[in-house]
Amino acid sequence: MSLNTQLIRSLRAPARPAWEEPASRIGLTAKGGFLALCCLGVLGPLWIVIVTSLSPKPVIDRVGGLVVIPEGITFINYTELLSGGQVSRAIMISVGVTLFGTLFSMAVSVGAAYGLSRPGSLGHRFFLLTMMATMFFGAGLIPTYLLVQSLGLTDTYLSLVLPSAVSVFNILVLRAFFMGISPELTESARIDGAGDVRILLTIIMPLSRAVLAVISLFYAVGYWSAWFNASIYLSDQEMLPLQNVLIQLVQKNTSAPTGLQQAVHTGQLSALGLQMAVMVLALIPVAVASPFVQRHFKKGMLTGAVKG
Amino acid sequence: MSLTAGSRPDGTRSVAAVEEPTAAVGAATATGRVARRTRKAAREGKVPWRVRLRRDRTLILMTLPVILLLVLFNYVPLLGNVVAFQDYDPYVSSNGITAIFHSPWVGVEQFSRMVDDPLFWSAVKNTILLFSLQLVLFFPIPIALALLINSVIRPRVRAVAQAIMYLPHFFSWVLVVTVFQQIFGGAGIIAQTLEKHGWTGFDLMTNSDLFKYLVTAQAVWKDAGWGIIVFLAALAAVSTDLYEAAAMDGAGRWRRMWHVTLPALRPVIALLLVLRVGDALSVGFEQFLLQRDAVGVGASEVLDTYVWNMGIQNGDFSYAAAVGLVKGAIGVCLVLAANKFAHLLGEQGVYKK
Repeated sequence: MSLNTQLIRSLRAPARPAWEEPASRIGLTAKGGFLALCCLGVLGPLWIVIVTSLSPKPVIDRVGGLVVIPEGITFINYTELLSGGQVSRAIMISVGVTLFGTLFSMAVSVGAAYGLSRPGSLGHRFFLLTMMATMFFGAGLIPTYLLVQSLGLTDTYLSLVLPSAVSVFNILVLRAFFMGISPELTESARIDGAGDVRILLTIIMPLSRAVLAVISLFYAVGYWSAWFNASIYLSDQEMLPLQNVLIQLVQKNTSAPTGLQQAVHTGQLSALGLQMAVMVLALIPVAVASPFVQRHFKKGMLTGAVKG
Repeated sequence: MSLTAGSRPDGTRSVAAVEEPTAAVGAATATGRVARRTRKAAREGKVPWRVRLRRDRTLILMTLPVILLLVLFNYVPLLGNVVAFQDYDPYVSSNGITAIFHSPWVGVEQFSRMVDDPLFWSAVKNTILLFSLQLVLFFPIPIALALLINSVIRPRVRAVAQAIMYLPHFFSWVLVVTVFQQIFGGAGIIAQTLEKHGWTGFDLMTNSDLFKYLVTAQAVWKDAGWGIIVFLAALAAVSTDLYEAAAMDGAGRWRRMWHVTLPALRPVIALLLVLRVGDALSVGFEQFLLQRDAVGVGASEVLDTYVWNMGIQNGDFSYAAAVGLVKGAIGVCLVLAANKFAHLLGEQGVYKK
């Protein structure tokens, strides 16, 4: 079968069950139209942002702001932003915090999820309750702030990682998945003399790749998107991650990133184009990563939502 | 049955395997039975805790880092809420925590201040208003979208639509607010187009009257698509036999949706409602904080942003902690009440009875 017929087959609707009424033309059009509208509502604004970030200054000036129809595509905004300066540094910081934070969160979460996956082990109930109780109350912003401050974590990147490192929900999802793995598999390894660490690393984790990918994505997106902790714990402007720089540029209406103000002033670069480029840089990693793990979402969310 | 602890880290299951080495088929049930028996014995204290400690020490060591982090960042700050009953001054001591021991106690003074504080009540009003609006306008949308997607039978169309609708969930609030600014703001695409036709002054982002609808729209844009996942999973679990039987009895499309699909979604809807109501007072903290300057405090100040403003911005830690404490206490009550309500309706809620 050629690739073409394969494609056509996959596009053709599967057969309806005999008891179901045939689809009406109006119904199909309405459904398709509405779905298309929803997708347009998501992609439309992103399109405008991306196109504007790729437009040269004359085009932006001529249309009077945001560009909808691409014309004279240029990457100058990106090359300028990425060749050192405020935004490059912020990107490095965000990438570093996200990588380190995700690794740290995954390490402790996987450990706890496996450690709690065997009911009847010593302290199992106590640890589980200690964990789950935190889902019902928050300690409050002020005491947390005072604690982080007196631990000496302010103005360090640890303040962006440690207070938000653990998500109990994520651990419960992992745990539910680990518990669903057939015990026969781990048994045989145990008889062969493997310890818990070895079982986790060589049997459980390879079998849970899908859920590990989803939870890593959740953690990574959390670190990448976070800005509030940085806004209260970091006083040094040079340490701010990308989201905070974006706030400064777009929300507080600073015209251009430090270092590029001269170029904007003399009319070489467009402030708007630069802002949109920073936005695109902030959304690229999540937009690229999430479709890859999308097919596993349902499974991950379901185990977490249904089993407590 | 005797456990030779130490030689086998997990006595229960390896004993089962030794007992019935050949009966491969019966092994699973036997494992379950023996495991249950030993687990019961363990709970009754037949296995001494020293033996269990030795057997489970790796598991405990693996769990401890998370427990320590939670104790440090969730339980310890809980104690720190005592500053709400003080006139806390972070500068009486070199360390913020030891300053608690040197600050004067004032009893419930901070709480009586709160009662007389019009700004506090305005924050309470905004919290309730914004939450109710989000609940009424937001909540039905993912259900409707899930029904729509579920009725599409072409797998490719489904996958693409889902991938696009999930996407905004992964954007930060900074990005979402900025995207909205580019569309509805004073320099946004709509204002830009209107200006060309002579209408100036269009700016939804600074309009404090429309703020409540604006933030709801933002929440819908960001999370409505993501919200459909749970409903889709519940829909996938509905047996097609039910639909077929209903169709045989003459039920049309809409009646099948009403009598088969929606009842199947009931437990999930109840669960999500409970979770949402329990979260009511924390509604949209980051979202409102980001737009606080643009629309003004009158429309956007909620309890969380008020705590932030009084404590972190103004340094009035005791008062802010008092507000936060009241908020937290009401939040816990809301979770319990919503759960009780779910039980009354015959649903499971977050935890079982």
